[in-house]
Amino acid sequence: MKRALLLAALLLATAQTAAPTERPLRDAALEARAQSLMHTLRCVVCQQASIADSSADMAGEMRGLVRARIAAGDRPEQVRAFLVSRYGPWIDFRPPVTAETYLLWAAPVLVLGIGALLARPLFRRRPA
Amino acid sequence: MSAAASTPKARLARFALVAPLALFAAFLIVVGFGLRHDPHREVRSALIGQPAPVFDLPGYDATHPGLATSDLAHGTVTVVNIFASWCLPCRVEAPQLAQLARQGVVVHGLAIKDSPDGLATFFRNYGNPYRRIGRDDDGRAQIGWGSSGVPETFVIDGKGIVRHQHIGEIRADDVPGLLSEIAKAARQ
Repeated sequence: MKRALLLAALLLATAQTAAPTERPLRDAALEARAQSLMHTLRCVVCQQASIADSSADMAGEMRGLVRARIAAGDRPEQVRAFLVSRYGPWIDFRPPVTAETYLLWAAPVLVLGIGALLARPLFRRRPA
Repeated sequence: MSAAASTPKARLARFALVAPLALFAAFLIVVGFGLRHDPHREVRSALIGQPAPVFDLPGYDATHPGLATSDLAHGTVTVVNIFASWCLPCRVEAPQLAQLARQGVVVHGLAIKDSPDGLATFFRNYGNPYRRIGRDDDGRAQIGWGSSGVPETFVIDGKGIVRHQHIGEIRADDVPGLLSEIAKAARQ
């Protein structure tokens, strides 16, 4: 009995914390455009997640704004520019390519190169 | 052994043993420092020095007027307080807002995702310092201000230019600073 009550309470709790229903745009192409833009905008509340991945109320409002403006015919870059004009460039959640991040972008190639150098002796033909 | 240690193969073997350990140690150091560092930062509005955003919001009932951009450029400094009846820190700052209003500062409110009933209860308990209140039911106007939470307070000069943003509740010791920002905006 106790267990059943607990389970019911838990189910109720999850039902209440679930994100409010958000309606995707009817036009699938516009919705896809809105979605991909949402993945590149920072949630100003949680900050380390995009508004697409955040459950904060504020992120929900921003998703609503993105959908409304895309549906109204705005290009994704116009919507991004609007939000940058209000919150500053930090809201852009795309990883920036700057002098500070060159090393980060080059890291995969560098690591692969180091690995190849390290592994080279193993592939060398043994002297007969 | 000492002879073998100098062959390339033995050196590679030793490197293969030490390198992962060194990398792991470096990783631990980075994580250790990362855990001490709070990455959360204050997101300030980009509107400081810019005209107030364009909005036109309804009031919270028939007798109270709403709030629009045109209410912010009447030649006097205005304060726009972004609040909500469901917001706990907003209760903390209520006496400070009342003090500003008593001193003659024009304080307007932007009620975020609120209801007339909620607002009426809030005003009954904590007072209503607002000249005008705009109901921002979907939070769109708040985004227009570049605000990332409640409460936040903006100081707008007489020409409608945003001059100052206060993030979080206004505490008693924030009032002198805010008054000096209001005085500064009045000289603009």
